[in-house]
Amino acid sequence: MLRFLFRRILMMIPVLLGVSFVVFFMSYFTPGDPAVMILGDMATQEDIQMMHEQLKLDEPFLVQYVNYVKNIVTKGDFGTSYTTKQPVLDELLVRFPNTFKLAGLSVILSVIIGITVGIVSATRQYSILDNVATAISFIGVSMPNFWQGMMLIIVFSVWLGWLPPSGFSTPMHWILPAVTIGTSSAAQIMRMTRSSMLEVIRQDYIRTARAKGQSERIVIWRHALKNALIPIITVVGLSFGRLLGGAVLTESIFSIAGIGKLMVDAINMRNYPLVQGGVLFIAIVMSVVNLIVDVLYAYVDPRIRTQFTTNSIRKKIRLGEVGDE
Amino acid sequence: MRDKLLEIKKLKVIYSTDGKVVEAVNHIDLEIHKGEALGLIGETGAGKTTTALSILNLIPNPPGKIVEGEICYNGQNLLKLSQKEMRAVRGNKISMIFQDPMTALNPVMTVGDQIAEVIRLHQKMPRNEAYIKAQEMLETVGIPGNRLKDFPHQFSGGMKQRVVIAISLACNPELLIADEPTTALDVTIQEQVLDLMEKLQKEFNTSLLMITHDLGVVAEVCETVAIMYAGEIVEYGTIEQVYNDTKHPYTRGLFDSIPKFHEDVKRLKPIKGQMPNPAHLPVGCNFADRCPDVMPKCRESEPVVIDVGQNHLVKCYKYVDGGDQA
Repeated sequence: MLRFLFRRILMMIPVLLGVSFVVFFMSYFTPGDPAVMILGDMATQEDIQMMHEQLKLDEPFLVQYVNYVKNIVTKGDFGTSYTTKQPVLDELLVRFPNTFKLAGLSVILSVIIGITVGIVSATRQYSILDNVATAISFIGVSMPNFWQGMMLIIVFSVWLGWLPPSGFSTPMHWILPAVTIGTSSAAQIMRMTRSSMLEVIRQDYIRTARAKGQSERIVIWRHALKNALIPIITVVGLSFGRLLGGAVLTESIFSIAGIGKLMVDAINMRNYPLVQGGVLFIAIVMSVVNLIVDVLYAYVDPRIRTQFTTNSIRKKIRLGEVGDE
Repeated sequence: MRDKLLEIKKLKVIYSTDGKVVEAVNHIDLEIHKGEALGLIGETGAGKTTTALSILNLIPNPPGKIVEGEICYNGQNLLKLSQKEMRAVRGNKISMIFQDPMTALNPVMTVGDQIAEVIRLHQKMPRNEAYIKAQEMLETVGIPGNRLKDFPHQFSGGMKQRVVIAISLACNPELLIADEPTTALDVTIQEQVLDLMEKLQKEFNTSLLMITHDLGVVAEVCETVAIMYAGEIVEYGTIEQVYNDTKHPYTRGLFDSIPKFHEDVKRLKPIKGQMPNPAHLPVGCNFADRCPDVMPKCRESEPVVIDVGQNHLVKCYKYVDGGDQA
């Protein structure tokens, strides 16, 4: 298992190098001079020239890229934001807790709702309950987040005055944004849980469990759910990863200082170091989430676990560490 | 005669889908005595598995439903029990071995967990004792006890079926229903599994309902045999009665379709035709269309079951009024 983890972490390196190169390449060749953006339209030619030298913008592309990667690897330095003059990493780390909290809350909410409703739907297929849940989930999937967010603000903040419309400081502030994002991913998780469970509860081993005299509740929650979990974990992992990259629209509507909003602002300002750092950061987060998902697969399904161990055994045999038996 | 353990009376099971009603099991009667091994033979779709699932009240509903009849176990009608009472019977008093060992075990639970589960459920044992018992069961069916923590995918098909047998015998049931336990296994493993079942049946003094389409399996393991055709039992008797003094034309057809070693057989002799569509059963005898000895009245009304001697039951007009008219 440790070997597997180590290998998976090594595999992240080429991915991240690729991402950094593509992002660096794209921002380098995007029209628009960062020096002009920083100094404003009124800057003189000399000022701009000086700024170019200061930011080392005149060096060849590859030199700039290699320096960039070198700084990250050796010093953990992602560059300096043009606008605030703060290190990019600090800017990202200041915003990340908000994004993480929002993503975490939304995912917890959507997992609780999605899995419960999905299971009930599957065990009572085509009942009224199932049909209602299906209808609501379709509404949940098709409702755009920004619209849903605004509706929630209108109802709960403007009309009822129960919850604050913007900000992210107290738990009261967390509710509306988390519900906005959570409901739409809950709908996805619910659909996935339902179809996955429907497949599993028709399997022979479920009948075996019933034939043992096991109660229906345990048959569903212990025997069936664990077998149905793999596709559910995939969906949850994907939506968690996506949310950690920042929920741009939701963050904007609720004025949450998160990664998504930061990125959009950075792109508008041509704040290249921040854009590059941000994308790289999101790529790292996404890779870590994927790694966690892979580990969860192995935890849930012993057949996948065996693959890991047999792979490493095979390698040992090749290396002559284990004698043939 | 030994005591009756299970008595099925006039059982009728239907499956209804999209307005179509399929009569899967049609008024069958069966008896199993204590310690007896009864073979239930029939071709695919004859209603064997449905009969077995009815006994445990595990017919998937919808679409299936038991519409008539009684299933008496030690004099108690199982169909009248509540879900909770029924759960105390399943796996404990009556347990079942399923057809396909490849899919009958939960792939994400260790075999130890799966054996111990049924023990803990019915014998209220503490966890560690249940695992010790599970290990004993595993050894009883010929698997080393240290494989308790292995998962089903680490076992071969024959070993998986042994695990299934261990689960079904863990609570020392009075009745074991084996639904084609060897169909999915190759012949050498079949022999091992059958020997094991026979040995354990004697050892635990369990009654056995062996469902199969293999006449050889029944001859090896069972004392009595029931031949099922299109949801009905057409012939019932001891092995000697049915195998040596075959009465029903369908049963004879089954035996004739086995190639004989001492004759030079060029072609197999199948029973001609197909089993009738259970959604549209004919008016008279269900076998009339394929029967070599068919008579006009076979197509008019259903024959009744008659005793041709010493509880050898046949459902055929040939033997009504004692006259063999063929």
